[in-house]
Amino acid sequence: MASVVDQAPPRASLIYDPRVRGFFFQGVLVLLIGWMAYEAVTNAVENLRAARIASGFGFLGQPAGFDINQTFIEYSAAASTYGDALVVGLLNTLLVAAIGIVLATIIGFAAGIARLSKNWILAKVASAYVEIIRNLPLLLQLLFWYNAVLSTLPSARDAIELAPGFYLSVRGLSLPAAVFDGRAILILIAFGVGIVVSLLVRRWAKARQAATGEQFPIGLTMLGLVVGLPVLAWLLLTLSGGTPVTFDVPQQGRFNLTGGSQLFPEFVALVLGLAIYTGAFIAEVVRAGILAVSRGQTEAASSLGLKPGQTMRFVIIPQAMRVIVPPLTSQYLNLTKNSSLAVAIGYPDLVQVFMGTVLNQTGQAVEVVAITMAVYLIISLVTSFFMNMYNRRIALVER
Amino acid sequence: MKKALTTIAFGLAAGVAFTGVAAAQETLQQIRDRGQLICGSNTGLSGFGVPDAQGNWTGFDVEYCRALAVAIFDDPNAVSFIPLSAKDRFTALQAGEVDVLFRNSTSTMSRDTSLGLDFPAINYYDGQGFMVNASLGVTSALELDGASVCVQQGTTTELNLADFFRRNNMDYEPVTFAQSVEAVEAYLSGRCDAFTTDASGLASERLRAPTPGDHVILPEIISKEPLGPVVRHGDNNWADIVRWLHYAMLEAEEYGVTSANAQELRDTSEAPGIRRLLGVEGNFGEMIGLDNNWSFNVISKIGNYGEVFDRNIGEGSPVGLSRGLNALYTDGGLQYGHPIR
Ligand SMILES: N[C@@H](CCC(=O)N[C@@H](CS)C(=O)NCC(=O)O)C(=O)O
Repeated sequence: MASVVDQAPPRASLIYDPRVRGFFFQGVLVLLIGWMAYEAVTNAVENLRAARIASGFGFLGQPAGFDINQTFIEYSAAASTYGDALVVGLLNTLLVAAIGIVLATIIGFAAGIARLSKNWILAKVASAYVEIIRNLPLLLQLLFWYNAVLSTLPSARDAIELAPGFYLSVRGLSLPAAVFDGRAILILIAFGVGIVVSLLVRRWAKARQAATGEQFPIGLTMLGLVVGLPVLAWLLLTLSGGTPVTFDVPQQGRFNLTGGSQLFPEFVALVLGLAIYTGAFIAEVVRAGILAVSRGQTEAASSLGLKPGQTMRFVIIPQAMRVIVPPLTSQYLNLTKNSSLAVAIGYPDLVQVFMGTVLNQTGQAVEVVAITMAVYLIISLVTSFFMNMYNRRIALVER
Repeated sequence: MKKALTTIAFGLAAGVAFTGVAAAQETLQQIRDRGQLICGSNTGLSGFGVPDAQGNWTGFDVEYCRALAVAIFDDPNAVSFIPLSAKDRFTALQAGEVDVLFRNSTSTMSRDTSLGLDFPAINYYDGQGFMVNASLGVTSALELDGASVCVQQGTTTELNLADFFRRNNMDYEPVTFAQSVEAVEAYLSGRCDAFTTDASGLASERLRAPTPGDHVILPEIISKEPLGPVVRHGDNNWADIVRWLHYAMLEAEEYGVTSANAQELRDTSEAPGIRRLLGVEGNFGEMIGLDNNWSFNVISKIGNYGEVFDRNIGEGSPVGLSRGLNALYTDGGLQYGHPIR
């Protein structure tokens, strides 16, 4: 065998070069997949034509002719298209996903930390929550919230008045809506300025603390700026004789509470169900993350004189985050995709509106399914992109 | 059912992408090879299509499926039922999951053309109405300005509703559900002021209420809903069978042939129309690829149109619908069997 070392490397033919082979087989695979995709598409078009089923994406420009109750863009049966209906459904999905993610994160972190608490009752309550919620199908939970909880609320005529202008009934929560006049834009500007200034203050405070160790009440200052500036703007506008903001308060109509804005029970049930369900999984992710940080860290922190709360906030959680973020991302993606269970309780999300009504009214199953899949894929990829960015930021930077 | 829709929709997507064009003229042959008819039915609309406590399907539309099974196999049980919600039904038919839909489906131009479907016959002329809780004191649909309305998705109902409120310049909040049960339950829980669907469906769905008398059906009929069986476009022979089944049942009623007297009339009747209908004269069954006894079998085993109507949805039944537009033309209705000759 020793002689092998002595020989000059043999000049093998290209066929035996693993790199060339690799390129060759990958090329063949790509061609094969491309050919299959091409065949599938042309074959589908041919079959649809033969069955006389309409095809193509022209339907997106056709008038929709049906109404949707919760819409964030101008939408009406008379003037909107199937394409608009797609956008309405998409925005409703994004709204539920965004609010659901925020709530699930809060619930999950609270429950995950509580489960490790030394307080026996708190820990047991948190583990009961996790074990019960995690082990029941989500669909069942949504139906529970919608049919067993929210539908037992009183009728719109006997709505409960929670606070002046806030009514709770089987139709959901009616609340006063703020109506802005032209000059109200100044309030919005004040709000924006508040955010920017408070971010600058935060940076300055952090730098100062790093340099000198002096602390600064960042939280209070930020709150003051973000809330205070718009309120100041409103006061000034009002004093100068305008009514920049008026409130449209719900009124008892013949059937419904009319006016104001409304939180529909379908929306509430879906957000609650998703947040509580996903929160249980996030709690486990958080618990695992915290347990992954070695005990020595806690001991070191307390010997430096940090209080348990501070130890958690400044020592444990930042390290645990490295373990938490990747599975957390999966939970966010799950929540977003699970929001399609909206169909079961009549919330007009992407699947309900687009795969339900639009697919049926147009009969263009292939196109509708393809668009829906593409949209979910994009939402998921964008979510992962941002979560991965965040993950890189908090990852251990080796020096 | 959402699962079912997804599966069917994906199935259709994959089906059209990876399979060859199925020859259109073969539904009858497929049914014969399989040994039974597959009928797309309601998920549960009492009087029209609903499984009873033993799991046997009953109802007006269901009996049409059984009649079709009798015409082909001389056996009312050679049929299986696939319950389909409104929004799943056409996809399931297109994908070949069912041979025919008997499921209160409205014939419209877009369904007939761009969905690749055919409506061979209309077995129930209907129109859309509203149901409200009697305690609201509403007596006309024109008083519904500002109301919340529960409606089933994927129906003409959903579109007519929008049209009606638009036409009358009224506001409303639609609350849309995939399944009719869900829409009815939401209405009953007070989520909506009104529930809307075909008038026949209202009469039937009202029976779900704990006390049906608490709910009134408003007088306005806001649309035309010619309901009937649906088949895939392109298999004309199959469409002929479904169409002439309906006409045979209408002719039987017109000539007074019933399940009780069909055998006797077949043996004794001298009337040419009856003799052709019962297969004594002519070879009308053969013309559509069936046995010449096909209509005799249907009438003796299932009955004529009037019998099927009365038994399932007529005034004596819980649903309690009058014949109205569905009376024979001889009684001033629209049901008009074309001559079998
Ligand atoms: N005729 C209308 C509506 C048909 C329809 O699906 N009606 C509902 C309400 S009566 C129904 O039958 N639901 C029972 C089910 O989904 O099984 C259409 O063809 O679009």
